[in-house]
Amino acid sequence: MAISLNLNGQTHEVDAEPGTPLLWVIRDELKLTGTKFGCGVASCGACTVHLDGEPVRSCQTFIEDVEGSKITTIEGVNSDVSAAVQAAWVELDVVQCGYCQSGQIMSAVGLLSENPKPSVEEIDEYMNGNACRCATYQRIRAAIQRASETLEA
Amino acid sequence: MTMNTSRRGFLKGAAAAATVLYVGAGADGALAAGSEPTQLNPFVRIDADGTVTAIIKHFETGQGPATGLTSLIAEELGVSMDDIQFEFAPSDASKYNNLFFGQFQGTGGSTAMANSFQQYRQAGAAAREMLINAAAQAWGVDPQALALEDGMISGASKSVPLADFVAAAAQMDAPAEPRLKDPSEFRVIGNASVRRKDSPPKTNGTAKYAMDIHLPNQMVAVIIRSPRLGGVVAGFDDTDAEGIKGYIRAAVLPNQAGVVVYGEHTWAAFQAREALSVDWDFSAAEARSSDQIREQLLAAVKADPEYIVNKADQSATAALVDSSDKIVEKTFYFPLLAHAPMEPLTCTIEATEDGGILLHDGCQFPTGPHMALAQIFELPMEKVRINTMFAGGSFGRRATPTADYQVEAALAFVITDRSRPVKLVWSREDDITGGYYRPAVAHRVRVGLDDAGNITGWDHRVAAQSIMKGTAFEGFSVHDGVDHSSVEGVADGPYQIPGQFVGLTDVAKATTVLWWRSVGHTHTAYVMESMMDAAAKAAGRDPVEFRLALLQGGDPDQVRTAAILKLAAEKGNWGNAPDGRNQGIAVHKSFGSYVAELVEISGNAEDGIKIEKVTCAVDCGIAVNPDVITAQMEGGIGFGLGHAMRDEITLTEGVVDQSNLPDYEPLRIGDIGAIDVHIIASAEAPTGVGEPGTPPSAPALANAIAASGPRVTHLPMAENGVEFV
Repeated sequence: MAISLNLNGQTHEVDAEPGTPLLWVIRDELKLTGTKFGCGVASCGACTVHLDGEPVRSCQTFIEDVEGSKITTIEGVNSDVSAAVQAAWVELDVVQCGYCQSGQIMSAVGLLSENPKPSVEEIDEYMNGNACRCATYQRIRAAIQRASETLEA
Repeated sequence: MTMNTSRRGFLKGAAAAATVLYVGAGADGALAAGSEPTQLNPFVRIDADGTVTAIIKHFETGQGPATGLTSLIAEELGVSMDDIQFEFAPSDASKYNNLFFGQFQGTGGSTAMANSFQQYRQAGAAAREMLINAAAQAWGVDPQALALEDGMISGASKSVPLADFVAAAAQMDAPAEPRLKDPSEFRVIGNASVRRKDSPPKTNGTAKYAMDIHLPNQMVAVIIRSPRLGGVVAGFDDTDAEGIKGYIRAAVLPNQAGVVVYGEHTWAAFQAREALSVDWDFSAAEARSSDQIREQLLAAVKADPEYIVNKADQSATAALVDSSDKIVEKTFYFPLLAHAPMEPLTCTIEATEDGGILLHDGCQFPTGPHMALAQIFELPMEKVRINTMFAGGSFGRRATPTADYQVEAALAFVITDRSRPVKLVWSREDDITGGYYRPAVAHRVRVGLDDAGNITGWDHRVAAQSIMKGTAFEGFSVHDGVDHSSVEGVADGPYQIPGQFVGLTDVAKATTVLWWRSVGHTHTAYVMESMMDAAAKAAGRDPVEFRLALLQGGDPDQVRTAAILKLAAEKGNWGNAPDGRNQGIAVHKSFGSYVAELVEISGNAEDGIKIEKVTCAVDCGIAVNPDVITAQMEGGIGFGLGHAMRDEITLTEGVVDQSNLPDYEPLRIGDIGAIDVHIIASAEAPTGVGEPGTPPSAPALANAIAASGPRVTHLPMAENGVEFV
């Protein structure tokens, strides 16, 4: 089926079968590879993108359900919040292997967009679905707090 | 250490028209330079415009060698970390071998910095001297009057960018023994403000991993593997797959180990695989369950061992223990564990115009797949090339003695007409069920104590599934029947233990096994440090004081171990836990580094435990990139604790019971409250950091739980009586 996708501010006409996860359209069809495949069952968060500003797992978001929605990937984030988050990530050298970090950042941007000053408990709860096998969690938590401070200033 | 520091002469630089300067080592291992990379193995390239590139012989899967090796070049050459870039070296064991691995290029055993430290510094220092000499010649001054800092050559009332002298330097010979900086002159090495070189691309989605390869006209291949080790394909039916858009075809792998399904893209290949049915011949397949293997392992540690590890007398030790005032006896069990790196295994193979092949891979052991692919494609080694990309985690999994996934990709490619590149993709289910696990292991220890609470004898039996036997690495690790990787960290630890006997029995495997972040230390540290804690308590002594008493021999290992143990105890406020909290401590040496960790918990085993804080002290010699070291301790601790808390791989009649992350639950952000890392200042040669943070973490947690609760001897904890909140 032909679908019109609004992704990172541009319209893309794609041809994909119903039931195709948005993840694979983004990665294999549109060749935007910042969004990662980690588990395929919405258990790791590496595939997190924004759907109308809300973080969703693109491996369990299906192509027929996103027409008309604004989709944003790591390549397309462009807000005060995302800038603060990415700057904090670099400042604190959060990454190790880095494979999960696009998803972590997309979730962190989602968190700070709805809750500019999250407590540690709120960070842990919100970010619980984003796994990092390198266990960079201490720095993820610290970077979110740093970004929060930056945005407040 | 077998660090190669020989510099036996000069290698003449090439081509007078040189505009690029390469500095590395020649075929004889001596420092060499020139304008072409073909005559030497360059570790640094300086382009005509002054762009400096460190060429990294190790892969980057998060442990930091891309930053670390680059910082060695930056330090000695005299450029800032902002003005140097890095790229991964090609696969060529004659040039880029790991100096600890012989003629083998590879990353592992936490050796990247340790084996590169002198080599990359020398290359950077040689480049600096050549550039300074070129400037001195041009200006007619003594080179001693010039300096190179921040990319500028200064002196004799001048200051110009190094770019101006690249062409002249490229025509010079490399100095035989360039002067390396004295540690007092270091600006980059040891500087905690140095940032990772790979942070920006990994933060904006532009970093390219092997999973991100999209070659023109590529096919995606997924494989249906036997659910039981040793099963072979009897036939398959793809009728139901034929209607799936993007499905190309399927074929039996030449080794009968599986059916490869080709798709136009990943989702088509996954869909078609679901629709395909395979008949298996299980006549030679594994049918045992992990319960049976566990019983075998636990029985083996109660019997006489197959091998004696430390040349001690078994009956003498038994007699010492039996005649003691107190005996502390524990039996331990460690389950199979998967590595589960975030990026599932993947690599891509394409034919090249020169009749060779090119492998795109987050390649941990280039020499292994390089040789395997040359054999499969019947090509000379020089016709096989490897493009090393970022790897999305490994923890050991991307390095197998069999080059397992690269061979799969090669087999999936070799049976095609080779006109289309083949990208092999593993799903998470493939990864969790796909073998190559941390082996299952059992230990039984009997420690005797005299009436003063001192150890009189230590009878230690290990039963393990050997990682190395039957592999190409057997000669590396197996001696007199003992696979060192099964027992490392027991008899060769720093403690002075009287009357210690260590025995080992190999037990058969029902699945493939592999090294897993810190290898044998994953279980030996747990046992040694749990026993130290239990023995100290039985003796009525403080666990820190008890250990320190066994570290008084004056041996450097003991001095360094005692120092970090004391530091962790001091920084973690040992013995002064806040109300409602319990502490546990552990210390262990692995991969040349010493790490002590103090875990502080709240709650209890019945109602739920929370890991509030981990305090870590590490001695890894010269701390090249302190913030990377801190990060590796944080990550190693998380890796060790997460698996000890709740992970295991089990088999039912040869079939893996777990399938994806929901039943192999990774550590999550809320599992550890805080981690506080302290690095001891040291002038010793740098040692590993990728693995050593892992071993002490789980026993420190176990000791914290045992402070007012059960002594957990079987892992994972969550399956053995401990709840976590």
